[in-house]
Amino acid sequence: MAGQLISANHAAAMAATLAGRANRTGRGFCSGLYPITPSTECMELLCNQEIEKGHVVRVESEHSAMAVCIGAAASGARTFTTSSSNGIAYMAENAVAAALLRLPVVMVATNRTLGPPWNVWADHGDTLMLRDSGWVQFYCADNQEVFDTVLCAYRLAEDRRVLLPVLVCQEAFVLSHTMAQTDIPSQARVDRFLPPLALPNRLGSSPRVMGAIDSPHVTEVHRAQHHEAMARVWAVYQDLQGEFERVFGRRPADPVVPYRLEDAEAVIVSMGTISATVDRVVDAARKRGVRLGSVRVRTFRPFPAERLSQLFHGVQRIGVIDRDISLGFGGVLWGEARGQADPAAVVQSYMVGLGGGDVRPEHVETVLRDLLERAAAGHPILLEAGI
Amino acid sequence: MSDPVSADATRPRQDRIEPLLRPGNSNCGGCGMSTALQMLGRAVEGRRIQMVIPACCAAVAAGPFPFSAMGVPVLLTTFASAAAAATGMSQVARLNGEDTRVVCWAGDGGTYDIGLSTISAAAERNEDVLYVCYDNEIYGNTGGQRSSATPAGASTSNTPHGKLEQKKDILGILAAHRIPYAATVSLAHLEDTLRKMRRALDARGFRFLHILSPCPTGWKSEPALGMELVRLAVRSGLFPVVEVLDGRRLIVNIEPDFSEEALELYLSLQRRFQKSGLKVSDVRPSIERQWRDLRTRSGRIVPAEREV
Repeated sequence: MAGQLISANHAAAMAATLAGRANRTGRGFCSGLYPITPSTECMELLCNQEIEKGHVVRVESEHSAMAVCIGAAASGARTFTTSSSNGIAYMAENAVAAALLRLPVVMVATNRTLGPPWNVWADHGDTLMLRDSGWVQFYCADNQEVFDTVLCAYRLAEDRRVLLPVLVCQEAFVLSHTMAQTDIPSQARVDRFLPPLALPNRLGSSPRVMGAIDSPHVTEVHRAQHHEAMARVWAVYQDLQGEFERVFGRRPADPVVPYRLEDAEAVIVSMGTISATVDRVVDAARKRGVRLGSVRVRTFRPFPAERLSQLFHGVQRIGVIDRDISLGFGGVLWGEARGQADPAAVVQSYMVGLGGGDVRPEHVETVLRDLLERAAAGHPILLEAGI
Repeated sequence: MSDPVSADATRPRQDRIEPLLRPGNSNCGGCGMSTALQMLGRAVEGRRIQMVIPACCAAVAAGPFPFSAMGVPVLLTTFASAAAAATGMSQVARLNGEDTRVVCWAGDGGTYDIGLSTISAAAERNEDVLYVCYDNEIYGNTGGQRSSATPAGASTSNTPHGKLEQKKDILGILAAHRIPYAATVSLAHLEDTLRKMRRALDARGFRFLHILSPCPTGWKSEPALGMELVRLAVRSGLFPVVEVLDGRRLIVNIEPDFSEEALELYLSLQRRFQKSGLKVSDVRPSIERQWRDLRTRSGRIVPAEREV
């Protein structure tokens, strides 16, 4: 694809810049930003952009970065922030607040291992910590997808049927610092795709309290509404996939991306960049006569339970690769995906590439060998990939 | 500027027709924060304001959903975030050419303790925000624990024998950021209060008001005596009423009489000082030290201390 040779961090910053400018006829753009390896380059580039009717606040912490986004979004502006690992942990209180206030904040997370001990490399554990926080979560597999997903995230977050914050995840260094050809569309085309934000019930001049005390029953109603908004994500996302394709000439990836699932007897499920490696192993295995398929879960919240259940139908062996560990349990994705398989199927958890270990085809081959030999699922397996 | 005390007694003032703090709110009787909000409502007059309230008594008073005890738009934030959320609001108002004054309304816990780094950062950036701390010297919302604004000798639910440490100099901390305007406010002095609130509302950049806010529940004092306690704190020199311009020029607005009687009354009218047996003579040295520092900073000549 023709385009600019840039990192996913820069692609994310360019998407935020274009989205910010697209709201110049609305209430503008305001972003709170704070650096942390490996998402720093995204915030740096954004801090160097000229954004008409836009302002970037260089705050003193991730907690305040999200608070600035909350204040700006409550006032009807488009917002953006980016963070990683312990920064996301520090921000968590306000990340939850943004979701519960139903503010359409968009955040790019560069997935990095939580510390201490300090480790700057890829691991999905940081954003999975926000699993139950009420954010929509996308996990991307390449640089173009990061760019496209940020634009889609704004459409989705700001849609009146949704009104939820959206988290776009990319793995540390594997994407964040890897340059790839990325198509960056013109402002005019982004303007066509992203209409100005018109936030209902934003803070204006009439008296109202945003975030006032709830009684237990009112909380039940608010949670039910939030949960229903999550359920509407599928239909809204499908609409905007079509819109995106009409404007930009390419279709953003589906919430779940299957690969060679026809007649598959075994399937390997994964998230993020590991899926590309799995797909290569699928090709190799099929050449050897092994009927293997791959499933990439791109949208983790809302969880695509129905879609997975369709895809898993009739599959007897399912291996789930997690680049995360829920300590005392196993892989987080495995924990959720196994409920969608046929009751008799073997669904085995493999945790590979924790702490940023490079997940290579041979690791996936090891997973495949184990999966094919199994008579039943066993304890979650932690496969060492690090060097 | 109109006379602080309504000139036309026959017509109800706007702040009575559309009060900033509406009737039916959940504040305790005698709450200083209620009085402070009424005064702010009076100072606001025609100005357009939005409020940001972090976790504190005012956050409880503002609700419950879907009601609003406040006569203006309010964003309730997490405990440490008022100044940062207000930053987002005021920046968006600026981008849209709106003359909206964003006012943070926070207790001492959210100001002196958990929110301090957020406030410091917003002050350093000189965000266009008015930050008001209503200081009741206690974590009131959680039932009365010590904060770093609690004075030495005061009993709280987690310092039952009286707090050992001195109260932080929050005005000094904010003034050290060289913000355009920082002032302490005595609710017992109406004209000074309204003048400072109006000045703080109209100034641009980061402004800070520190209000001593009586809390009958936490101070274990008579609800009706709140304003009298503030007056005694000012008279005795315990609560200096000052303003600092650009972090440099300090002006003493009200001269205390430093009387033994005022200090004695202030301490004895609150049961929070009983357990520690705090006496006038225990407090006197810190008042003297505080005022020596203030005199030096206000540019007045002070006699050289005689070291023995």
